[in-house]
Amino acid sequence: MTATTRRAFVKNAALAAFGIGAAPAWLTRAAFAGTPGKHVLVAIFQRGAMDGLNAVIPFGEKRYAELRPALAVPRESIVELDGFFGLHPALKPLYPMWEAKQLAAIHATGSPDPTRSHFDAQDFMESGTPGRKATRDGWLNRAIGPRKATSPIRAVSMGGTLARSLRGPNAAVAMNTIGSFQVRDNAQSEFMSMYSQSTDTVLKGTGKETFEAVKLLESISKSKPASTVNYPNSRLGTSLQQIAMLIKADAGLEVAFADTTGWDTHVGQAPALERLLGDFAQSLAAFHQDLGARMAGVTVVSMSEFGRTAKENGNRGTDHGHANVMFALGGDVQGGKVLGNWPGLEPEQLYERRDLAVTTDFRDVLSGVVQHHSGTQDMAKIFPGYEAKPLHFFRPMQ
Amino acid sequence: MLRQCIAVAVAASLLPAAAPAKLNKDQRALHAASRLTFGPTAADLAAIRKMGVDKWVDQQLHPERIPENPELVERLKQYDSLTMTNAQLIEKYPPPQLLRSKKQAAAADQAKQKEMRQAPVQMIYRELSEAKLLRALHSTHQLEELLTDFWFNHFNVFFDKGFDRVLVTSYERDAIRPYVLGNFKDMLLATAEHPAMLFYLDNWTSVSTEQLEQMRKRFQGRKKQQLPAGKRATGLNENYARELLELHTMGVDNGYTQKDVTEVARCFTGWSIADIREDAQFKFNALLHDPKEKLVLGHVIPAGRGVEDGLQVIDILVNHPSTAKFISTKLAQRFVADAPPTELVAKMAAAFTKTHGDLREVMRTMLRSPEFWSAGAYKVKMKMPLEMVASALRATGARVENAAVVQQQLRTLGQPLYRKVEPTGYYPFAEEWTNSASLLTRMNFGLELTQNKVRGVRVDLDKVLSGKSAPAEIAQVLLLHPPAAETLKTLAGSKDTRPAHVAGLVLGGPEFQRR
Repeated sequence: MTATTRRAFVKNAALAAFGIGAAPAWLTRAAFAGTPGKHVLVAIFQRGAMDGLNAVIPFGEKRYAELRPALAVPRESIVELDGFFGLHPALKPLYPMWEAKQLAAIHATGSPDPTRSHFDAQDFMESGTPGRKATRDGWLNRAIGPRKATSPIRAVSMGGTLARSLRGPNAAVAMNTIGSFQVRDNAQSEFMSMYSQSTDTVLKGTGKETFEAVKLLESISKSKPASTVNYPNSRLGTSLQQIAMLIKADAGLEVAFADTTGWDTHVGQAPALERLLGDFAQSLAAFHQDLGARMAGVTVVSMSEFGRTAKENGNRGTDHGHANVMFALGGDVQGGKVLGNWPGLEPEQLYERRDLAVTTDFRDVLSGVVQHHSGTQDMAKIFPGYEAKPLHFFRPMQ
Repeated sequence: MLRQCIAVAVAASLLPAAAPAKLNKDQRALHAASRLTFGPTAADLAAIRKMGVDKWVDQQLHPERIPENPELVERLKQYDSLTMTNAQLIEKYPPPQLLRSKKQAAAADQAKQKEMRQAPVQMIYRELSEAKLLRALHSTHQLEELLTDFWFNHFNVFFDKGFDRVLVTSYERDAIRPYVLGNFKDMLLATAEHPAMLFYLDNWTSVSTEQLEQMRKRFQGRKKQQLPAGKRATGLNENYARELLELHTMGVDNGYTQKDVTEVARCFTGWSIADIREDAQFKFNALLHDPKEKLVLGHVIPAGRGVEDGLQVIDILVNHPSTAKFISTKLAQRFVADAPPTELVAKMAAAFTKTHGDLREVMRTMLRSPEFWSAGAYKVKMKMPLEMVASALRATGARVENAAVVQQQLRTLGQPLYRKVEPTGYYPFAEEWTNSASLLTRMNFGLELTQNKVRGVRVDLDKVLSGKSAPAEIAQVLLLHPPAAETLKTLAGSKDTRPAHVAGLVLGGPEFQRR
């Protein structure tokens, strides 16, 4: 189905669900929009701290192999990128996107906060305010901003709970899958009747939003085309599949959040990392293939709370470190490059003589993505207390 | 501030236009039972009617005078970890960090390791959270349980942060629970000294930069594990000091500066943990302490002292007017309205100041105020997820055999027990809990509970309804007041007339979400 016919389909299905003339404003906007010009930002969090040095490998550094006698990926299996960096073999599914210049890696990124606590570092990265624990809302919620007449699913968090990144005053929906977002026991119309007539204005309003989202997702779920793309049967694979479905439905999605867990590889790292990176790469590759031309206007950005020690530990693993690598994938991304300033792996170049040093603040990467995504220039509201130096890695707007 | 504006708007929009200025007798009874328990039951209302609402409230303020539910007492005895010391918990359920080092030393066999690695978190968490739920459902000391929830949340720590997994049990039991109707200063000090808090907000590694330099010299060449706790420190850590001022006592923007935060942090250097891997007790470590003079909120903290610096700061904070106001505001927000009347907060703050932080007196002042008993306060509080789930379980007389699925519901609703990551704790405001995903979950929970589809939980609906089957009667049993006309219209018009379905609609409907 082409983008145009799908939009027409959703328009019809959704209008049918609401009854002609009763279409809410967001639906008119989303379904009647002539072009799919709206940007979609997808944020992926790799919880547990990915070993960035074995993901985008600085094989050109002599120290790399020395620091990791058991864990260094042998030169011959590395997927070479630029004569200095190369991908872990499990990331090979990303290579076609790299070649198409839609994938960029930003190395030595991270938070200026020195914490090596998963809990603190994830919290700081999701709130977007390193060092400040009491920030209530997440950076992604601030990034969407309030807007009138928007889709009930403009901001979606995959999983049972709303991710910290998306928490805040702007409405966002958490869901496991599109199909499971429904009222059970055939009670939808009864609840709708109770909530819509309620004198409780707050619950009446939220009830309206809820049933709009339920109906919209139901229509998307029913019209689900047989996808020829195989996603990995994993948390990340499933999440990206659902997100792709929402994007293709032109239902007004603006930002989405997904996460993947288990990256805390202290012991026996090699097989675990291979599995994790394989899942990551295959999920992204499937997403990219699934969206095809729709990748124009879609940007995926990945992050992990901190990196891992440059030197391997005594258990064939790595411990909590500092800087890491972030990926950016999208039709507008000026990719095929490893961006950022490489600080080196010599003892005096390492942070506290043990970890890769941070040379690019993660907020500079995210600021670049948000600027491109929303067109807004003012980053002070999204990353309060920080003067962002947005990293630009997008093609000029056509 | 935005939050305040929203809260005011929410409260204002809810004032029922036609409601009487004062609550009638039935409303007063229901109001007391709704606000001072985890969900009103017919038995609560009967007790209130029998002894009179004032006496009932007074009794709740003195839980020591109410015999505890013997079945609950028996059931809690099965949970060994609840009464263990930190040392016993570490011995029986070593946290993962400890296992790794023990493993390096002993290279224990694989199966044993796996078992040990999985047992600790699951067992401690399961017992702790199940006990909390059972107390919420069955304790006769309902107000005390609500207050334990309130104060744990006020002094929040996150269960899953490393060593906190073995420390939270004693934190709630020893630092929070004994003081919820006692003195605020005692609770503040108990939390400040507790290893769970010291670890959660990193104060145990906070050290003055100069001391750190000296220590580095002293311990040069020794292995990390052999050094005192402070060796992990990179210098002064302000986390605890900041939250102490912002969240625990004065409230944000209420009269302190960043300079005060730093000075308070210097005062608390050395408040640390002895042998975190063995018995995890509070220890003042003079080696880490900054002995120089400090200035906190205009008070000179003289040079050359030790643990007294932190104690003096606690004293200053407890006596600061901002603290009296902030604590009173938070209590009123949880128990009265999202945007409580300023006159009420002023009365409570005055009681706080006059009694030097006697929390029973602050609560008594609130519970005797006309504001608490006003029509504007009636049914305006949105139930937080735990309140919604617990009140549904109480209303249906549910028997919880295994709380795992209930915990899962709370997680989906956004309030996993003991697992609020941020030190702010959970907010009690309506806007925090009204979003489409959670509303949907509430509806589905109502339907599943009444049809016995929540695993580990049994509901005997026939017994609860005792023969009643008309929609209006079912709603009355669960809401304990007649349903609103629009609710009744929907219920009566439902094609599915099974009592379980109708009861599910009531629990998932708008009226049940307020208390």
